[in-house]
Parts: sequence; structure tokens; C-alpha cells
Amino acid sequence: MKHRYLPLTESDKQSMLETIGIETVDELFSDIPEDVRFKGDYNIKPAKSEPALMKELTRLAGKNADLKSHSSFLGAGVYDHYMPVIVDHVISRSEFYTAYTPYQPEISQGELQAIFEFQTMICELTGMEVANSSMYDGGTALAEAAMLSAGQTKRKKVLISAAVHPESKAVLKTYAKGQYIEVVEVPYKDGVTDIEALTELSGDDVAAVIVQYPNFFGQIEPLAEIEKLAHEHKSLFVVSSNPLALGALTPPGKFGADIVVGDAQPFGIPTAFGGPHCGYFAVTKKLMRKTPGRLVGQSTDDEGRRGFVLTLQAREQHIRRDKATSNICSNQALNALAASVAMTALGKKGVKEMAAANIQKAYYAKQVFKQNGFEVVFDGPMFNEFIVKLNKPVKVVNQNLLEKGIIGGYDLGRDYPELEQHMLIAVTELRTKEEIDTFVQEMGDSHA
Amino acid sequence: MHKEDQPLIFEISSPGRIGYSLPEIDVPEVDLADLLPEGYIREEEPELPEVSELDIMRHYTALSRRNHGVDSGFYPLGSCTMKYNPKINENVARYNGFAHIHPLQDETSVQGALELMYDLQQHLMEITGMDEVTLQPAAGAHGEWTGLMMIRAFHEANGDTQRTKVIVPDSAHGTNPASATVAGFDTITVKSNEQGLVDLEDLKSVVGPDTAALMLTNPNTLGLFEENIVEMAEIVHGAGGKLYYDGANLNAVLAQARPGDMGFDVVHLNLHKTFTGPHGGGGPGSGPVGVKEDLIPFLPKPIVTKRDDQFVFDYDRPQSIGRVKPYYGNFGINVRAYTYIRSMGPDGLRAVTENAVLNANYMMRRLAEYYGLPFDKHCKHEFVLSGKRQKKLGVRTLDIAKRLLDFGYHPPTIYFPLNVEECIMVEPTETESKETLDHFIDAMIQIAKEAEENPEIVQEAPHTTVIGRIDEATAARKPILRYQKEA
Repeated sequence: MKHRYLPLTESDKQSMLETIGIETVDELFSDIPEDVRFKGDYNIKPAKSEPALMKELTRLAGKNADLKSHSSFLGAGVYDHYMPVIVDHVISRSEFYTAYTPYQPEISQGELQAIFEFQTMICELTGMEVANSSMYDGGTALAEAAMLSAGQTKRKKVLISAAVHPESKAVLKTYAKGQYIEVVEVPYKDGVTDIEALTELSGDDVAAVIVQYPNFFGQIEPLAEIEKLAHEHKSLFVVSSNPLALGALTPPGKFGADIVVGDAQPFGIPTAFGGPHCGYFAVTKKLMRKTPGRLVGQSTDDEGRRGFVLTLQAREQHIRRDKATSNICSNQALNALAASVAMTALGKKGVKEMAAANIQKAYYAKQVFKQNGFEVVFDGPMFNEFIVKLNKPVKVVNQNLLEKGIIGGYDLGRDYPELEQHMLIAVTELRTKEEIDTFVQEMGDSHA
Repeated sequence: MHKEDQPLIFEISSPGRIGYSLPEIDVPEVDLADLLPEGYIREEEPELPEVSELDIMRHYTALSRRNHGVDSGFYPLGSCTMKYNPKINENVARYNGFAHIHPLQDETSVQGALELMYDLQQHLMEITGMDEVTLQPAAGAHGEWTGLMMIRAFHEANGDTQRTKVIVPDSAHGTNPASATVAGFDTITVKSNEQGLVDLEDLKSVVGPDTAALMLTNPNTLGLFEENIVEMAEIVHGAGGKLYYDGANLNAVLAQARPGDMGFDVVHLNLHKTFTGPHGGGGPGSGPVGVKEDLIPFLPKPIVTKRDDQFVFDYDRPQSIGRVKPYYGNFGINVRAYTYIRSMGPDGLRAVTENAVLNANYMMRRLAEYYGLPFDKHCKHEFVLSGKRQKKLGVRTLDIAKRLLDFGYHPPTIYFPLNVEECIMVEPTETESKETLDHFIDAMIQIAKEAEENPEIVQEAPHTTVIGRIDEATAARKPILRYQKEA
């Protein structure tokens, strides 16, 4: 058996067997009991050569309608954004992508410094004091925030707004089951968290109040009011945030958030059918030692040179084992690097410009829909998403759009029965006026 | 290499410089103050860097040069399976039809993606000997927790709510007990015997009506195959518990023994280890979970299935534990793993394990003369040495690891597993040549000699890296976790 990934030659093997003092490789497996020894070959597809496999997989990929050849108005937590070309060049440096967790700081300064810079950028955008090195995604980051809150407050109930991403809510509920945490949903009203309902549900038994900003419907939550209610009862105030929106919006840190989580996918990370993306997790200094995941800190070496190192590891699973409050080990380091490069390329001005472009283009699209007779539901202040009411199933409308090379919006009826035949439309900075106009035209008379 | 500081990206920032190229705003612009409520328009700009595109490329290129990956050199980090990351995987994962598709598109418009996921599930079922697989978990630890949540749901569905204990060997990965805790279980540790294997008598004494599961890595973290696996399965199953397989070490048993045939009920795989998804500097990984028939109803939803030639997501799973991750897992990593499996085929995967195990045994035998060998028998894909002999000379295992940096190697895993004193855990993988192994062995032998003749050179290592040993105590005592612009 010869293969380009397997360098041992027959003569290598022979001399190695001699050193070990055995005749055949098979002897090395003699400790596997005969009853459980696998006999024969895996019943899987035979190996393909590099060119043949690339051809096959190119064809397979070609069966998918991709965002590059279509014009997409689908968001709902994952967005088609400007990806500076430089991002892929940086993350393709194999010193980064073929390394593992930087356990040996002397030969991992590059990764460690890049993460330190990522932590700083997340702090800057969210207005928080501490950020970790990344989480799997926005959904699990939110669940971890709830667990942290329960541990910190010694309370077993969390309130989550119905206007938080449904898949994040679902993930939270699974995690909560593990930790015996009760999850109570706060209804929405006019597209944002219902403050009256929140007032009623709030109490001294609530570990955290969790909202999304901008929320799943694209609307801007009244963080100032929610913060008061949360802190009145000494609950933690948890905000899940699209970090790009924070280029234009007042950051949650300014509103007194205790934990800010979200997904950095809008910064240079491809949609990739939902993953890998890049969760982030930011907290106040007070919660620093309770933060899940890895943290990189600055220190000095024996000669006083600045250097970076994984720190506060006493929090982590490999030290605390069954006393750990989170089991996260691998995270999304390479995507955190991608996000760092994108945030760097955008910089102070670009992030603001890009965020504003989203608001402008979405606002324009919303106006065009209105002018064409569509009803816009929850017409409050928004970032880059809004909802239109249709007179037929969203699925049907989307199938027609697809034939015209357009990927339509999200079918809200999937998660909110009362919003059947409502489409959540995302308009990012990449959509041109022409694409928007065509989109509305192709939607034709599907307005309710 | 030059011992010099690489400035932070913030420190080379210069107001007015830009590194982006955004599309024009071709729609009529409205004053943001008319669109956003008062108090919600950001006033203070975030302190992000202001740099040109070349500044960025130079900065990150400089950082990459201060980083060691598998492509830089040998990386025998035990239990992490730092094998070569094939480049075809990277190309395929970047195809527009894989990298740039949206998870919420209509199923009919992503049939290629679903077909790949379905076929990967089929391949992983065959490789592990399990009856169904979910690709949703994002990493190994996430898979562990997912599997344990399913075991919990299974017991609860049977009214077995008293099964609150998960048994974990003392040599287990740290994630095992942590995952058990996060899944709401208490952990009980079972001891290893003097052969480095789970002590059957101790196992018998800890199982009972409160046993939910035993979590096991096989081969274990000492690199030894748990020979009594059949008896262990009988003991745990006899007590009504489930057997959980930590797939971190699957590279040792491809086509030799399947977890499903060994009696395991739940398996997680680390696709970024055995199946070459790159480690990415700490992630992203992918941690699919396979289960036996009786646990299928509890799998996270959705699962990809095939109905009349169409691939669809099945959400109609009333006993499912729910979602463990938004969308369908780390698809991009799953594409890489699939590409790898299809590059290897059945013969290739068999050869992977044979060569990985041969490499490990060869190294172990050659190093046994110079370092302690706590378990003198054939190992699987990795082995442990003890630095006890060197410790007596005042050279700790940490020093040996740091000295290896001077030879251009990433050191092995050290001080793990916890049940071996001054532990050095070596995993060469199958993608390394005999020449590479020989050079590493020579370095280890030289260090052993230095420990005897010139211990300072080891104790004060590394000597050639861009930075020396870092003051970790101060880093933890006075944490500086972000850059602050000087006032």
C-alpha cells in the first residue's frame, strides 16, 4: 500500500520491526482480544486519486446554490458580508492552521499574540473589560453565559427574550437541562422584548436576563430599560450581539451588560453551511475568573521581554476536571484569527462605515417594499433585517426567487407559528440598489 | 531567529490609514439619527487598528513566523494526533458550493451539502461500528457532553432517574469528568492497575444501580489497549450502565477494532485528530457522535436522512435531547474529514493505523534505554515515558520539553496522564518518516546525556526561541488580557 501521506517504505518497516524485535506489524495488535478484532476491510468507498476526487467534489459542490453566484437576502444569524481577500491569505499560513493550542508559549508567540489582539478587539467593540479567546459559536456562547450566571448568582432560573435567535434558545435549553436550570421565555411585543411581561417575570430568583441586540427580528432592543430590570433584582444582564452592528450601535457594555456574547461570523468568516463560525464571550472584570474557555495574558520572559501565554488556567477543564463549570477545550482559534484580520482590515473607520452601510441599504429595501404594497411588520429601529408579510407560504416564494438567482429571506413560521407567511429579510452592505430593486420586483404580488 | 518584540497591531496603527475596500453606498442615504433611537448611536469609536493592507500582511506574516505548526516541524504531542493536514482538504472546503452556502437555505438548494453529510455519516458509522451518527457537536468535548446528555435522556426515558454517576478512569482526559459535570452527573474515578489498565476489581466495586455510564478511551491515554474491554463491557452493561468511547485515540485502531464491536454504546470522534481537520491553533474541530440502536431516538436534531432520492433534515424526533449547536455542526471541518476519508479508502485507513502504531513502538523501544518506561509492552499509537531518572539529576520533564524547542521540535504532551510521574507522552502519527523519528530520537538521547553531563543547558532551555520562559505566575496574578492605549 503506497500513499502520498504515508512515508514509511517497506525497508523502513523491516528495520523498525527488527529494532522492536518482532516479525510483523500484526504482532503489535496481539493485545486486542480476538472477539473484538475487526476482520476484513471497512465497507466504505475506495480511495480516489487527488484529481479524481477534486472533480467529484467540485461537482457535488456545484449542486448547491451558493451565495457567490446568487444574490442573497437570507440572514437570520448568518450573513453574506464583505470578506477582505487578505483574510484567507493570512489564515492559509500553515504555521497558524497546522498548529494546536499554544501550550508551548516560546514557539507559539504568533498565535498567542493574535489571540491577545482578538480579545482586545472584542473588548473594544462590545465595550467590555475582558474577552476570551473564542467559543464554538454564538449559540453555545449564550448557553455558557447562562451557566456562568447560574453559578455566579446561585440561582436556577434564566429569562430569555422570545426575540433571541431560536436556534440559540434551543441550544440554551439543552444545556440548561444538564445543569437543572429553568429557562423562561419572555414574550415579545411589537418586535422587541415585552417590558411589561419582563417586569412581571423578573425577580430575586432570576440568574440572568438574556436579550439579543439587534434581536432576531432585526430590531434594536431597549437595553437601558432591560438593564434596570435585570439589575434591580441582582440578575446578570446578558446581551447577545452581532459585533458588526456595534460599529454603529452603542455597545452593550455602555448599558451595563455583565456578559456580552455573539458570533464574529460577520467578520471575514464564510457562512459555510452554518459552521465553523466563531463565538465570542466578553465579561466585566468582576466575572473574569468565571469566564469559560481560554484566555491569553501578557507577561514577560526571564529577560524581561514582553510575551504572551495562556493564563488563569485554573478555571479550565484540564485542571479542574469534575469541578469545572465548562468543558470547552478546542475552540475556534483559526476563525478568531480570521475575524481579527477582518477587524484589522476594517479598522476603526471601516467597521463604522460597514455597519452604517447595512443600516442604509436595509432601510432603503424596507422603503421599496413599502412602496410596492408590502406590509412591514415591527417597523421599529433596526440594523440590517426587517420582516414583510406575504400572502403565500415563504417556501413557495423562495422557490420562485431561486429560479431567478435570488436566495430569499427566512421563513419565520418555522419558529413562530403566529408569524407564518412572514419573511425575515437581511440586506447587507454587499447588496446593490439594483439587486434590491430586482428582489422586490421578483417578489411581485406576494404581499398580503 | 531574532529575539525581538513584535509590536501589537495597535502599536503600528496610524490615524487616517485604511486597509479595506467596501462597496459604495448606492442607495439614498438617510441621517442615522433619523433611523436609530437617541442614545443608541455609538459615540465613541472602537479602538481598532488603522493600517494598510501591506501592514496587515507583514504583521501576520511576522506572527506566523513566531509559531510552530505541523508544517514547520515534528509535533509529537500525545493524544492530539498532530498528523499532516492534507492540502486538498483546504481546497475542497473553499469551493463556493461548500464555503459559501447558507445554513437556512431551502433543502432543495443544498442537496450537494446534504449528500456529503449523509455520506460522511455512513462512512463514520462503518468506521466506528455504530448504528447512527450526528455531525452536530463542534469538538471532542462538545461530543462527550452530547453523548452523556443522550445517555441521561435514555435512562430517564426508562425511569432510571437514580443513574447519576459517570465512572471515569484515573488516566482519563480532563474533559471527561468536566463533560460529565456539565451534563449533570457526578464523577467517580476508577483506578488503573500496575499494568496501566483499568482495575477490574475496582470497576466491579464502583458500578451499581446508580451507574449511568463508564467513559473510556481505548487505547487509553497511556497508549495501551484495554485488553479486558469485553469483561468491562459486561460489568457495566450488567449493572445497567452504558459504555462511552472517547474517540481521541481512534488513530490507534482503524480497521483493527471498532468501538461498536467492543461493546461501546456511544462514541465521539475528533475529526480534527484522526481525520485531519487541521487543529487551527486550537480549533475549530468537529466532534461527531455515533450511537447504537437504542440511543438513536435521543440524538440531537436535525439528522440528515434520505427520502426517495432527496436528502432532507429530519426534525421529527420527539425524544431528541434537542439542539447542541445552531445549524448542523462544523460543516467546513466535516468537508475536510470527508475529503480525507475518500483520499484514503479502506486500505489507506488500515495502513494509517499500522504505520502510526509501528512508528510509536519503534520510538518507544529506542528511547527506553534513556528514559523510564513505566509499561514495558507494545503500545498503540502513543506511549508514555517517565523523566524520573532525569529528575534525580535535577532536570525536570518541563526542562526536557523546553530543551526540545532548541532542536526545532514541538515537545510531547507532558505531566499527563496524571498517574505517571514526570510523564512524557509521545504520539508520532503515521505521516512522519523514519528519518524524522530518528532525528527526534537523537535529540532526546542528547538531552538525556546533557542531563547527566551538563544539566544547566537543559534547565535553562530554550536558548534559541524568540522568547524565553514566560513568567506565568505574574500573568495569572496580575492579568493583562487586552491592550490598553497609553493615556
